[in-house]
This record gives sequence, C-alpha cells and structure tokens, in this order.
Amino acid sequence: MASPEDLTGEHGSLYAARKGVYPKKVDGPFRRFKWAIMAVTLAIYYGTPWIRWDRGPHAPDQAVLVDLANRRFYMFQIEIWPHEFYYVAGLLIMAGIGLFLVTSAVGRAWCGYACPQTVWTDLFQYVDRLIDGDRNAQIRLANGPWTAEKIAKRTVKYAIYLTVAFWTGGAWIMYFADAPTLTHDFWAGQAAPVAYVTVAVLTATTFVLGGFLREQVCIYMCPWPRIQTAMMDEKSLLVTYKDWRGEPRGSVKKAEKNPGAFGDCVDCNQCVAVCPTGIDIREGPQIGCITCALCIDACDSVMAQVGRPRGLIDYCTLDDAATEKAGGIAPPIRKTLFRPRTLIYFGLWGAIGLAMLFTLGQRTRLDLAVQHERSPLYVQLSDGAIRNNYTLKLRNMELRPRDVEVTLSGLPGARLWTEDGARETAGQSLRMPLAPDSVTSAKLFVVAPGAGPARQDFTIAVRALDDDPRGDRETIQFDRPGTEP
Amino acid sequence: MADHKRIDDVTGTATSGHEWDGIEELDTPMPRWWLWSLYATIVWGIVYVILYPAWPMIHGATEGVLGWSSRGQLEQEMQADAQRRAPVMNAIAATAIADLPAKPALMQAAVQGGAAAFRVHCVQCHGAGGAGVKKLYPSLTDDDWLWGGDLSTIEYTITHGIRNPDHAATRTSQMPAFGRDGILEPAQIADVVSHVRVISHQEKPSASSARGAVLFEANCAVCHGPAGDGGREVGAPKLTDAIWLYGGDRASITATVTQPRNGVMPRWGARLDPVTIKMLAAYVYSLGGGEKAPAPAPAAATAEGRGADGQP
Repeated sequence: MASPEDLTGEHGSLYAARKGVYPKKVDGPFRRFKWAIMAVTLAIYYGTPWIRWDRGPHAPDQAVLVDLANRRFYMFQIEIWPHEFYYVAGLLIMAGIGLFLVTSAVGRAWCGYACPQTVWTDLFQYVDRLIDGDRNAQIRLANGPWTAEKIAKRTVKYAIYLTVAFWTGGAWIMYFADAPTLTHDFWAGQAAPVAYVTVAVLTATTFVLGGFLREQVCIYMCPWPRIQTAMMDEKSLLVTYKDWRGEPRGSVKKAEKNPGAFGDCVDCNQCVAVCPTGIDIREGPQIGCITCALCIDACDSVMAQVGRPRGLIDYCTLDDAATEKAGGIAPPIRKTLFRPRTLIYFGLWGAIGLAMLFTLGQRTRLDLAVQHERSPLYVQLSDGAIRNNYTLKLRNMELRPRDVEVTLSGLPGARLWTEDGARETAGQSLRMPLAPDSVTSAKLFVVAPGAGPARQDFTIAVRALDDDPRGDRETIQFDRPGTEP
Repeated sequence: MADHKRIDDVTGTATSGHEWDGIEELDTPMPRWWLWSLYATIVWGIVYVILYPAWPMIHGATEGVLGWSSRGQLEQEMQADAQRRAPVMNAIAATAIADLPAKPALMQAAVQGGAAAFRVHCVQCHGAGGAGVKKLYPSLTDDDWLWGGDLSTIEYTITHGIRNPDHAATRTSQMPAFGRDGILEPAQIADVVSHVRVISHQEKPSASSARGAVLFEANCAVCHGPAGDGGREVGAPKLTDAIWLYGGDRASITATVTQPRNGVMPRWGARLDPVTIKMLAAYVYSLGGGEKAPAPAPAAATAEGRGADGQP
C-alpha cells in the first residue's frame, strides 16, 4: 500500500517531469528526405485552399472546399453531396487500410515522416536551432539564468512559435470558405465567430503540442503507436541498432589499443543527440521511437569518419536481425516489402480506390426521391376518385439549370400535378425547371379512379429534356380505402 | 496486500507491488503536465461553479454570477428567432390573403408557418395533416367544402369559427332535428334517406325514394338545394358526392336526419393573431383542396371586410 516513502526518492515519485529534448543538427539522406516531405506536406496544407478551379457561375471556384453551410464538398472536378457521404467514408477506409499497409511494410513511417505532430515538431525544432543555436547552446540556455539575452531569445522564439501556430490555425479555416474572401473578412472583423474560435483553438493546440509537448504527445496521448505494435510483424521495417555488430562499445582509441575486443559502436552518443524524441535507440525497439531515421544519418556519418561500414543503425526487420545475428546475409529490402500481407493490403486499398473512381464516373447527376404522405394515407374526392399525396424531391447535381419531365406509369387512369397545377389540367407527366446544383421540393398530388386494389405499386420517373437523357425512377405505393387497420 | 515492490530490470521502473499469477504492474510515474491538466480542470470546475448554476439547494440551485438559465437562454433564442422572422411576418400581415399565391416565397413561408400553428391548435380535431376524423371532424385535404375553400373564405371561417353562439359574425346554421323533434315520422325519414341515397348513386330509385323526393323538396331543398347540391352560404353539405362527414350508409344518414350533429369550431380570431390565422388558412388551402377565389371580383369581397360570407 501507499506509504510516505512512495512519494519520495527516484523511483517513488508519482509524477515525472519532462526531460528536455534538444536534438542536434544532422545531415544525411534521411534528413533530406524528411525536409522534402515537410516541404511537400506543409505546402499542401497551407497552399491547397488557394488553388482556384473554374466551375462556372453556379459553384465556388475554390479547388478544395468543404462548404458546410451549403452542404457541398468540392475537390477539383468532383462534387460530393451529403447523400454521397459514403465517398468520404470510402476515403477514410482507404486512409485506414493505407496506414495498415504502410505499417506492415515499413513500420512507423507515418510517425516518422508524415504525421502532423512530427512535421510541426520538426518545424519548431528548426526554429529552436535558428534562435537558440544547436544542441549544446540550447542546453546551456535552458539551464542558464534568465539573462537579458535569454529573455530576448525566448521572446523571439515564442513569437515565431505563435506566428507559425496562428498561420496553421488560419490555414485550416480556409478549407471551409472562399479563402480570399474569408481572409479579408477575418482581418476586417467580419468573419463568423466560429472562424475566430477555430483559429484561436488551433493556434493554442499548435503552440502547445508543437512547441512544448512534442514527443509527449506520441508517448502518452497518441493511440496509434500502441495500435501499430499490433499491426507490425517480424517482416516490418524497424530502425534497429545492430547490437551484434556494435557491442561491446568502445572509443576508437580503446579499440586501437585492444584490437578485436570491441564492436563497431564508438559510443559517441550522436544517435541520442539527434533523436527528436530523446531516446537511446541502442536500448532496442521502444514506444518512443518514431522511426524518423535521423539516428541512421548521424551514425552513418560517424562510421564514415572512423572508416567503418555504414548501417550500424539501419532499417532492418526482426527476421533480418535474427539472420544477421546468426551470421547470415539479410535479403534485400524489396523482398520483404512484397509479401502476401502487404500485397493483400495494397490490393484492398487499390480496389476500394478504383471502385470509388468507377462509381464517381458512373453516377447520375439527376435523381428523385418520392415520399408517400402518411397523414392522410389517401383522400376521398367528391367524384369518387382517390387522391394520394407525395413529397417529391428532385436533385439537380449538375452546375447548370435543367428542364425535366416527371412521368407516372403503372397506375391506370392516374394523373399527377403539383401545387402550381390543377387536377383539371393534369396529365400523366409534368415538366419542371430545376435550378442548378439544388434540390427542388414539391408537393405531388396523384389522383386515380376509386376502383382498384387497396394498395398498388406504381412508378414515378424523372428524365432531363436535354442532351443527357439519364434520369432516375422510384417505385412507390398508391393507397385506397381499406388499407388502414 | 503483501508488498513486493522492486525495481524492474528491463525498464528500470519500480513495480507497484501488485502481482497476479506472476504478472506484475509497473508503477510508471505520470507525466507532470498531466498533473497540471488535472489542476487546470479543478480550476475550471471552481470557475464554473461561481459563474453558472451549480449547487443544488432546497428550492432550486445556486444561481451563478452570470445569471444564466436554460429558460432565459430559450427566451433569448425565441426572441432572436422572432426578430429573424419579423420581416416575413410583417410582409404577410401587409398582404391581403387573396394576393398571397401571387408571391410564391411569401406563400411558402405562410404555408410553413401555418403547418407549425396547425400542429399546435388544430390537430386535436382535424388530425395530423388535416386528415380529419371519420364521423367526427371534416377532412381539410379533400375537394369538398362545407363553407368554401378559397383563401379568403377559409380565413373567415377560422377567424369567426362555426356556430359560436355568442358571436354575431360566426358561420352558423341549424339543421332541424327532424326525428327527435317529431317533424317527420320515422317512415318518412326512411323515405328521405332512400331519396338521398339515390341522388348519391348508392341506391336504385324505388317507391320509397319517390316519396322521399317529395319530402326532400318540402323539408331539405331550402338549404341543400333542390338537387341536393348543398349550399355553402349555410354550410349545407353536398349530398350527391362520395364524401360523407358523418357516414353515407343508411343507418348513418338516418341518424343524421333524426338528430343532426351541427358541428362547432372555436373562433380562432379570439385566440390567435391575424397573421397566424392567415398562415393557417394558407396551410389548409395548400393541403390539396384549395379553390381559386370565385370570379366576381375577389378584391371587392376583401374590401368589404373579407367577404360577406362563404359564397360558392
């Protein structure tokens, strides 16, 4: 049970303060790859809302726009209506399977390169080095007294943090409204309150999560590292310290004195110094390792300096590690990448993508929904005929006005009209103009002779009266007296 | 519980001392920022308790310095919505009801507003969607009207009600209780019923219906018309069609002639504002049976205080 000693001493404390992480500047192929991914992802994030895309006069000209007010989602030439939300669900499923695919093939590559938490942390750590200097200078400054220099540097650094954070929050809202207009309204104080609140919240989260919590998010908050553990197998790539080659550790001098007694690791600690999450990869695979591979770059450059082969720390699967430990030669990485598991994930991922593209190409942009009024189910008319009421909804999803014809079939002697029409002039079909990119709703009256089955199916169809004759039809019931319980 | 605290070799972390079948639990310390988050939530809670209603007391709860209440918020929202609707309501108020259909947007707003008011004030008798209740209350969706089905007439009927004894402008008429008051003998009533069923094409002509025709001419035609076509000035239903409010079979018609219902409706002008009534009229009109205003100058009719009566 808890006792006073529990709260004291190194191992008894209930709470642990965050240990500062001051990653050292490093260069190498992985670092350059990471810069490239950062540039691309940030460019996509900040830039996408500003791409224009001409859709004609009846739709916004923003290439990617989530128009919540009008319930439309635009992505280049694709326009998604709310009832087509399954496309978004499909995208999410693809994203999920994509993560499975990436994780089973190349381990935590998402964590190491593309996760926003990683990208923004990397950006903020770059700002740290820009203002405070490299690792040693950062540590000195952090531990030093609050001199004028420290206050000035901290002020400048946090100001840059805040600017980046604000820009990040500001870019987010651009996806939900016309970007140039919203930018103007935002600074003129005319934007919707939700825009300011969103920017404030995202500025705060970016500032805190990217500027201060950093690897704490990965280790304590994010569920994905834990789920990935289940997604990986012995053929997934891991950043591995090859202890069978590196141990026991010894400096170059010691090794010269005692040839053969030491492994390749010169215990220079560079892998620890450059790690953005502050771990020691030589302790083996661990939750804190996001596999960003910066330690590989650091170690490779040291190995080059001391004239030993690169790859003491390298991407390596558990299987390969066992092979190499036993003295064998691991197969090339491409062989471990293509295996049934990754191929099945890829096949699924590709199939869903192709199916969505196919249905996107095939979908009709004119459809109807008919709902039978329940109260009353039918109306007895004075001449003995029966009238049923329906709510007719016609969706014109094209960006042009269209004239359509609504036709009734399968109900002998029936006629239909809407509120604007009249029974006397009604026929088997009626014509309606549809506004572009809109839903036209109308009350539909259908009258049929009183003699007939109590419940009868018939069809209402819509077709466009222009170059594209595709339309939609729906079978629905006509009720006569005798149907109620 | 036995204390088996020790330092775990692999992680260098203390164990909690709990052990189940050899499985031990690491006592990993929480990150300190988590503790700060906990303190922050406590501070939030205290601020909340001060600002908002929180502690339950014997009568109600502490009020909070902001004075917020869900009832107050509802009032604000209702007020804001009333303000939002004000331009439309004013436009409806300023438009004569017969002119509404010429302004589709306004008409649609009126129909929607009327639908909402209908659900509050009218469904109790007329049923959801104005479907009516068989043998009790008329359907408002069909093409048969007792007092008339154009917009102005419906508005008048709703405003002044039907058979309100203490109201001069109300729709009123009184069908005599031919059976109860002994005006006709039961056999004569049977003959009249035969005639009514003949003119509504439910029975073939017979000796009884021939006798009934004579009685009808003398007793009924003054209101229902010589051919039984009804008379809207007095709310006398058409007897030749397929719609029977109180039933069209022999027994039902006999019961009606013996002791008529003479149904009533409250005059809503005493309870609802004119705009709501206008919207109710538009809604009822839109249910499928709405009639065009009668040809002889509807403008004149509205000018004279919204139609003298329910002209056909």
